[in-house]
Amino acid sequence: MKPAPFAYERPRDLDAALSMLAASNGSAKIIAGGQSLGPMLNLRLVQPELIVDISGLAELKRAEVFGGELVLGALVTHADIEDGRTADVTRGAMRGVAANIAYRAVRNRGTIGGSLSHADPAADWISALAALGARVTLRSLAGARTLAIEAFIVGALESALHPGEIVEAVHVPARAPAAHWGYAKSCRKTGEFAHAIGAVLIDPAAATARVVIGAIDTAPVVMTEAAELFGGRIDADYKQRFDAGVADAVLAKAGIDDAAQRHIHVSVLKRAVLEAAA
Amino acid sequence: MKEGAGVRNEREFPSSSSGQGVGARLPRKEDDRLMRGRGLYVGDVRLAGLQDVAFVRSPLAHARIRGIHVPERYRGSVFTTADLVGVKPIRAVSGLPGFKVSEQPVLATGKVRQVGELVAMCLAPTRAEAEDIAASVTLDLEELPAITDMLKAREPDTALVHEHWGDNVFLETNYEVDISAALDAPIKVTREISTARQCMSPLEGRGVVATFDRRLDQLTLHSAAQMPHITRSGLAECLGIEEGQIRVISPDVGGGFGHKGILLPEEVCLSWLTMRCGHPVRWLEDRREHLVASSNCREHHYRITVYADRDGSLRGIDCEATVDSGAYSSYPFSACLEAAQVASILPGPYKMPAYRCRTFSVATNKCPILPYRGVARTGVCFALELMLDLVAAEAGIEPGEVRLRNLVRPEQMPFDNITKKHFDSGDYPEAMRRALAAIDVDAIRAKQGQGAADGRRIGVGVSIYCEQAAHGTSVYSGWGIPMVPGHEQASARLTPDGGLELRVGVHSHGQGMETTLAQVAHEILGVDVAKIRIILGDTAMTPYSTGTWGSRSMVMAGGAVATACRELGERARRIGAKLLQHEPASVVLQNGEVRGVNGSVSLKAIAHTWYRRPQDLPADVDPGGLEVTQGYKPVRDSGTFSYAAHAAVVAVNPDLGEVEILDYVIVEDGGVLVNPLVVDGQIYGGLAQGIGTALYEEMPFDASGQPLATTLADYLLPGPTEVPAARLDHMETPSPYTQFGVKGIGEGGAIAPPAAIANAVNDALRPLGVELMQSPITPHRIVEAVLAARATKRSAA
Repeated sequence: MKPAPFAYERPRDLDAALSMLAASNGSAKIIAGGQSLGPMLNLRLVQPELIVDISGLAELKRAEVFGGELVLGALVTHADIEDGRTADVTRGAMRGVAANIAYRAVRNRGTIGGSLSHADPAADWISALAALGARVTLRSLAGARTLAIEAFIVGALESALHPGEIVEAVHVPARAPAAHWGYAKSCRKTGEFAHAIGAVLIDPAAATARVVIGAIDTAPVVMTEAAELFGGRIDADYKQRFDAGVADAVLAKAGIDDAAQRHIHVSVLKRAVLEAAA
Repeated sequence: MKEGAGVRNEREFPSSSSGQGVGARLPRKEDDRLMRGRGLYVGDVRLAGLQDVAFVRSPLAHARIRGIHVPERYRGSVFTTADLVGVKPIRAVSGLPGFKVSEQPVLATGKVRQVGELVAMCLAPTRAEAEDIAASVTLDLEELPAITDMLKAREPDTALVHEHWGDNVFLETNYEVDISAALDAPIKVTREISTARQCMSPLEGRGVVATFDRRLDQLTLHSAAQMPHITRSGLAECLGIEEGQIRVISPDVGGGFGHKGILLPEEVCLSWLTMRCGHPVRWLEDRREHLVASSNCREHHYRITVYADRDGSLRGIDCEATVDSGAYSSYPFSACLEAAQVASILPGPYKMPAYRCRTFSVATNKCPILPYRGVARTGVCFALELMLDLVAAEAGIEPGEVRLRNLVRPEQMPFDNITKKHFDSGDYPEAMRRALAAIDVDAIRAKQGQGAADGRRIGVGVSIYCEQAAHGTSVYSGWGIPMVPGHEQASARLTPDGGLELRVGVHSHGQGMETTLAQVAHEILGVDVAKIRIILGDTAMTPYSTGTWGSRSMVMAGGAVATACRELGERARRIGAKLLQHEPASVVLQNGEVRGVNGSVSLKAIAHTWYRRPQDLPADVDPGGLEVTQGYKPVRDSGTFSYAAHAAVVAVNPDLGEVEILDYVIVEDGGVLVNPLVVDGQIYGGLAQGIGTALYEEMPFDASGQPLATTLADYLLPGPTEVPAARLDHMETPSPYTQFGVKGIGEGGAIAPPAAIANAVNDALRPLGVELMQSPITPHRIVEAVLAARATKRSAA
């Protein structure tokens, strides 16, 4: 379990990194915390010609609030968020998610940008941030573009990143004062990837609900207008109105044929709804 | 029949007052080295000129090899079976009637029969470069249908793992005692039960460093091995060289569990390679190789019927057991150890008048199955104890009550059961009663009646087993296999400065033998444990032994150390008498001194005189000296029987399939405990592995024979947060046949947890109509069963 040979660069600024990526014609991989890429290299599942280590890029470590929106540089670690070293506009929602990612050693090194770029369906941020309505900024030498998380994650281990492009920052909108947050997942054991994730942001005052069912075999199911799960409308009694049958049908439509798997996903989602209502 | 030295319990041991002898809770001596990271494992061995090996392994489960293509630039660095002229395949045979022999070429020849089978050996200055070479080798394989289901493997017209056999069965056995007598029993329960294929997962994988010493004309093999002497015998057979030309050194070993109890094809390959290329070579098993290529364990299937009277008294068991043995029998022997043992151990610690068991050891296109901690007993305990809970439900009595009704009773000891297993001693019902009381079944029943506030259901489960350990010549000679244990030997030597060196052929890979064997020697000689060195793991420095397996080391090597130390003490006593100018009959050896009426002389002074001042000894001194080798066998070698009752309380979420272990109790009787602290550690470690079997560990295969859990993200092992703080209770019924009354206990912790936990889960879910008969009990299996039960109820309503 040793990686195939590769060249290694550790650029000092983002422009240099983008130039290296552009010059590599898609044969480079970016490494930040290395918590997923490291094992994949060792297993020779990826054999890039060049590794661009972005861990020295100070501009990707910033965490700032602009106009009520939190902007997290791609290199912010899960532990930074868990420990409260970054500002928070979600009233603890992100902190709670971060604290339960894998185990502490992974959280110390793993980054939010790396997790999104890797697009593992079972990872926490792609589901949690989709529910929170976050967006990502992608940058290449040609410029920047911004996508909603649900548009960025296109499949299992598949994102909208183009060759030469890098996740630069994550933009998290402030959680509305009346919005309820619920996040639940089921893992075989502590620190393991989840086999079911439910994330909900429900605002009875605004009658809106964002609901995510994650850790399925493909990109999470993101319902930005999730009233159908609650009998057609979002109200203060949404907990009672949660319709497991509709959620089950949504998962069946998403291609999950196994009834037990669907049942676990729906049960986890229900747990997230109950947590939001608590 | 009693041990010559007499049966004693711990309070009678003279040295226990020093706090170092048999029965002392002494911290492990080796931990000073191991816990500071100062151990020396195969991976730490550094030899000048060392190069690394990576293997090209079969990507297919079953295929004919049409060609192996090596790029021009790597010719000379890649070796295939065509290069290994004169190297014989590994043959691990049994003399049991009908056994079919598998020949395992050390590098694949003609066919590959499992994913991960060695095809070519690649040599380079570093492992990464060796892996680059391996990646450049291409195989031309003609894929054949893979045999992956042990039950289908016995159907006619199925593909064959070994064509010339005519079928896929290594061995079929039949055992019957009047099953017809049970058939009219009022309670008859029939089920299919199975346990998953597992990986043994020691912290340290296998590893080999081979080098050849031209001066000694000797191959030295550093290998993470449980039985270095057996490895040497097997190597000599495969390589066609004399055993004296081979030295096997097994340094610190990071866990064995059976995984390191075989001769590896890699060991043969690297031995050949170092002789061929003239410099040291190394291969270290990586975790992926461990998971997909080297060996598995535990895959059992039972079709079982239990007959009982209305009150739960057992009338008989009828069983057909099948074990997936994989493609090859590993050396010294693996193919039928599990299945054939199932027939003799399935009755467990219970009395019954009728019994029938038919077993099949089936060849499949998977890696060999090895005896893993607990060996066949974990599967057997799972099958039988799950069935007893069903009998209890049919009889309308508590599961604990069914056990108490059928367990062998203390007044029946020693007891020969229906398969002629000789139970040496013990009070099995007492262990069960203590476990039931400690877990407080009544309180759990009351809680169940109230219902769970959080939607989870509470369940309690029990299980009990017996663990035959240190079975000797009379047990193993019948197998007709290359390894039969005889007298275990130990050498004891007093050094000139009064220290003690002990040489034993067993090995320690977590068992703490550097401490416990020293305690045994201290018990006899009174030498300070700090001054006793245990030398093991090196064929050049230790007496021959079949090594460490079958929970035998404390009984066998401990007995040998005691025997050798007694003889050494006797010789020292006679020299001491001379120095004290006493008749030998009037002096005693006590607390490290020879004492007479006029004074005493220490072992240290005796050793100093013997070695350094022989002029002070009289002319007629015994010339034998202060170094002795003695052999030992228990007075009866049918094995010691330790046992334990386990009890678990779980909370199960029926909608998520999550299981939490809320409480766990173990009441263990391991005979006299040489070091209860070490025994506790053994039990805790075994429990962790048992929890793995119960809830987490599974190596699934797809229909083409591809192993699907290829990393530790897919192959789940229990971690610290999954293992509860179990409550331990010890009983100490001495074995009548062994030194000090010790019994082997190394494996027991891993035997009973799957049954106790499964019974607890089933107890929790029984009101829903759910029954789980397969390990591991995963969230998916629970939810699937819950949904199926709900559908059944709906259609009934």
